[in-house]
Amino acid sequence: MSTAVVVLIALAGGTYVLKAAGPLLLGGDRRLPPWLHRLAFLLPAPLLAALVLTSTVASGKDLVFDARVAGLAVAAIALRLKAPFVVAVVAAAAATAVVRAIGG
Amino acid sequence: MTWTDADQERAIRGQALSIALAVAPFGVAFGVACSEAGLSVWEAIGFSTLVFSGSAQFAAVSVLADGGTAVAAVTSGLLLNLRSLAFGVAMAGALKGPVWWRALTAQLMIDESTAVGSVQRTDALKRYGYLAGGVAVFVLWNLTTVLGVSVLSSSEQLIEDLGIDATIPAAFLALLWPRLADPTQRIIAAAGAVVALALVPISPAGVPIIAAAAAVVLARPWSDAPTERPVAS
Repeated sequence: MSTAVVVLIALAGGTYVLKAAGPLLLGGDRRLPPWLHRLAFLLPAPLLAALVLTSTVASGKDLVFDARVAGLAVAAIALRLKAPFVVAVVAAAAATAVVRAIGG
Repeated sequence: MTWTDADQERAIRGQALSIALAVAPFGVAFGVACSEAGLSVWEAIGFSTLVFSGSAQFAAVSVLADGGTAVAAVTSGLLLNLRSLAFGVAMAGALKGPVWWRALTAQLMIDESTAVGSVQRTDALKRYGYLAGGVAVFVLWNLTTVLGVSVLSSSEQLIEDLGIDATIPAAFLALLWPRLADPTQRIIAAAGAVVALALVPISPAGVPIIAAAAAVVLARPWSDAPTERPVAS
C-alpha cells in the first residue's frame, strides 16, 4: 500500500469515530439531560464565531488580514440590512474580488 | 414569525445549497492539491468520500506533499477533526432514529451540516438542516474533487481573483447572525472568537475551534435556571 492509502484509511477511521461518537452514544430516543440539552443549544454560537474568524484570518499559524476581511465586513452589513443568506455570501465574494483587483 | 414547516424547509434547502456552493471551489482546490501531491484520482476520491472533512483532508495531503510521515499526516488531520466530537454533542439530541441510520448519517458530521442544522428551531428541522447541508456538500465536494484532480491543475489563482475564498466565512457569519440577537449567545460568541484568535498563532490548526467551544461555560449550561426566569430571592 502506498503511504497515501495508509493515511487515507487511518484518517477515515479516526475521523469517523470522532463524527459518530455523539450521535451513537447520545442520540436515538434517549432524552438528553437538561444540562446537555442546554449545552447543545449554546455550543453553535462560539463554534460558529470561531469558524468565521479562523476561516477569515487564519493561515496556518499566521493571522493574515487580507481582502477577505473586507468581504466579511460587507457580509455583516448585508445581514444587518436583513439581506438573504445568498446575497450576503455573494456580496462578500464580490467585495473581496474588488479589493484584490484594486490592491493589485 | 409564523412560518410553516414547508416554508422553513424551503429556506433550509436554500441555506444548504448556498453553503455547498460556497464550499465547492475548495473541492476543486483539494483535487488540485492531491494531484500536486502525486495522488491518483481514486485516492483523491477516497479522501473526499471516506474522510469527508475538508480541513483534515487538506492538512493530511499537504503533509504528504511536503514529504511528511503518515503518522504526522494522520495526526494533523485528526487534531483538526476533534471538533467533530463537539458537533456530535451539539447535534445528538436532534439525530433520532435507529442505530444504523445514526451510524450512516454520522459521516455527514462536518462544519457545514452542523452549522445549517444546529441553528434551526425544532429537532425535526435541525435534522432536516443537518441532512440537507450534509448531502448537498457531500455531492458537490466529491464532484469538485474529481474536477480538480483530473481536469484543473492551476485554479487556485482563479478562486482568489473571484473572491470565492471569502464565501465560507460569510456563510458561517450568516448562520451565526440570528443567534447574536440573544445577549447570552452574543457574549459566548464573542468570547469564543477571542479565544480562537488568541490560539491561532500558538496551537495547531483545529485546536482554536475546539477551545472556543469552552466559552459556553460563561452561560453556565449546568444551571437549570433558564435565562428568562426571574432571579429568585
